[in-house]
Amino acid sequence: MSRSPLSRRQFLGASGAALVTGLAGCSAGEGGTSTDTASSTDTLKIGVLEDQSGNFALVGDPKAKASMLAIEEINANGGIDGMQIETFQRDPQSDNQRYQELTRTAINEENVDALWAGYSSATREAIRPIIDRNEQLYFYTTQYEGGVCDEFTFAVGPTARQQLGIVLPYLVEEFGPDIYTIAADYNFGQLSADWVKVLANENDANVLGEEFIPLSESSFGSTINRIQEADPDFVMSMLVGANHTSFYEQKASAGLDIPIGTSTAMAQGYEHRRLDAPAMANIYAGVNYMEEVPTTSNTSDGGFVDRYYEMYPDAPYLNEEAETNYFSTYMYKKAVEQAGTTEQPEVIDALESGIELGTEEAPEAPEGDTISLDGATHHVDHHMWIMRADEEHNVEAVENRQIPETFLSETAGCNLPENPEQTQYTPVDYYEEAE
Amino acid sequence: MVNGINLALQFLDSFAFIVLAAAGLAIIFGIMGVINLAHGEFILIGAYTATLAVTQLGLPLVVAMLVGGLVTGLFGIVTERVIISGAWPNYISQRTLGRDVIEPLYDRLADSMVATFGLSLILTQGARIRFGNSIDQIATPFGAISYGAFSYSTYRIVLAGVSIGLLLATYYLFTRTDFGMRARATIQDKETAQAMGVNTDRMYMLTFGFGSALAGLTGALFAPVISMQPTLGDQFLVEAFVAVVVGGPSVVLGTALSGGVLGAILATFSNLYGTFIGRIALLVAALIALRFLPDGITGFIEQLRQRRQESD
Repeated sequence: MSRSPLSRRQFLGASGAALVTGLAGCSAGEGGTSTDTASSTDTLKIGVLEDQSGNFALVGDPKAKASMLAIEEINANGGIDGMQIETFQRDPQSDNQRYQELTRTAINEENVDALWAGYSSATREAIRPIIDRNEQLYFYTTQYEGGVCDEFTFAVGPTARQQLGIVLPYLVEEFGPDIYTIAADYNFGQLSADWVKVLANENDANVLGEEFIPLSESSFGSTINRIQEADPDFVMSMLVGANHTSFYEQKASAGLDIPIGTSTAMAQGYEHRRLDAPAMANIYAGVNYMEEVPTTSNTSDGGFVDRYYEMYPDAPYLNEEAETNYFSTYMYKKAVEQAGTTEQPEVIDALESGIELGTEEAPEAPEGDTISLDGATHHVDHHMWIMRADEEHNVEAVENRQIPETFLSETAGCNLPENPEQTQYTPVDYYEEAE
Repeated sequence: MVNGINLALQFLDSFAFIVLAAAGLAIIFGIMGVINLAHGEFILIGAYTATLAVTQLGLPLVVAMLVGGLVTGLFGIVTERVIISGAWPNYISQRTLGRDVIEPLYDRLADSMVATFGLSLILTQGARIRFGNSIDQIATPFGAISYGAFSYSTYRIVLAGVSIGLLLATYYLFTRTDFGMRARATIQDKETAQAMGVNTDRMYMLTFGFGSALAGLTGALFAPVISMQPTLGDQFLVEAFVAVVVGGPSVVLGTALSGGVLGAILATFSNLYGTFIGRIALLVAALIALRFLPDGITGFIEQLRQRRQESD
């Protein structure tokens, strides 16, 4: 008895079918535990949708944890105007479709008073139409490409103009004017690369070349060759996600020894802790926060870092976005107290009046300094840092100052209280060199 | 000239990646008719085992890599006994219920895929729960070679050598050893093989274990150069499945040839037009191969040979 050989068509057909069924199964499930759905006068409800599994789990998990830290602290200190905070927390599994479902659930079934959701820009754009249709107060807390001018969205992470705006001029000054850009191939990476061109032009530097790399790629041999061929003074890297992390180890083992400026590495995925030295040597991150930021309220006994690890002793790192989740929860608290209600239009008005936070609630700001929410654009004037890793992966601050978000306010003329809209402006619309 | 070296090195790199990604999958599919959708997670087991063996136990890198392959091979054997052949559950059920509860998954394509897909979800999430969202990574050994303005990681070239070595070893194992002969006899005609005294059940188990060990070794070999997190196996899947489809029925030759052809396409297009276009070219090549060589490269060679025999 001989068995019939399997044809490749059978193989392909069967694999395709199984994959589709599998994926459908994934997105239909319901995870986590539900909190009380009844709304009462002495509680308010916050939705927290951050990735705790899937491709963005590594960077999303600290965001969820820091939100819970802020909520626990606020509840322990009497809540917001006497109201205890309830949470609707789920894991969207780095899946945009799941984000859309959970966003609808949070708004329509859970009636959340405010929503924190999403790591990637692709996720934000996937759920923003749902947010806008339901007029839901929404905090997007990841550092991102910038330009979102939306009456219901508060994009409180730093933008490309702020992050690249501190690190790029510094690198031009230190190393020279020739830049090579590598970036993830989706809206965030593309727009960030445009910002590199804009900032290069403003700082008399030139972009020798740029390459956009699919998120699924993890082999960087040809990219490394291309950088060596162009021979730039430094590289600007806006690589994203777990697969792209391989670049740093591969460029080090290939002997590519060049300063790298970045808005994505180290502060989010703590590569300097995970990779063996010296893979991250000479990398300069332009960030509003990372665990090593040397402010007193961050690193002192009982400071932000201490409190985080006290609540989550096994957490691997406290990243950039986690601090943004943390301070924005306090921003919301201040706004509700100012408005005297959780009614969303009033809370948005209160937020638009301009909320300031000191170093206690926003550990990125040094003592005596503040960060402030710009009511016109719904963005934050951050205190920005350049953090550099050395050969042993020790991280030190080489420069810091407050950088306002000027693209929306000055260039695009976004003024949401005067002129409510739901647009994302891009640098291509305003700068020739970005084309 | 210099660009020629770039291209050659990238070809070696792509060749090694494709061959190593596909080897374990090709053996388990080609020989046993089981599509192992947990292939990426077998790679994960190898990568994590090797990394932890270095960082936690302080083993030398080469030993740690072999341990990675070995542990994955053992895990493969357990998987085969429990899920694929169901021998262990059936042993228990025979004694308690008096009948088998699991029908072996050999040559049941769709069923084997659902079972192994479930296994892959369990393994990924299990790794996430046990080890967190990432583990500390080991450094790449050997440094770099330089030529002109360029340099290339020596380790990536070593990988190409290792992949060729593994192919040769696999070929030797299946064509020149007693084990290989029994394994092939089992595949061609299970009942006659049994009548000749071959323990076919054992052959299936060992072949699955060997395929798994190859996947684990792939993970261990790439552990220093890829990011150590629970979904790391995914990045091998596209190349692995494309290589198996393009390679066709002959496991070793098919994998080697598709590694060569696809590696050349991937390296050339990435070198000339960037990573993105390289990836597109790879998938277009797979589409074309599927349309015009429905039985893969080795199936096409076999067809040619038969035609020549007929005309003789």
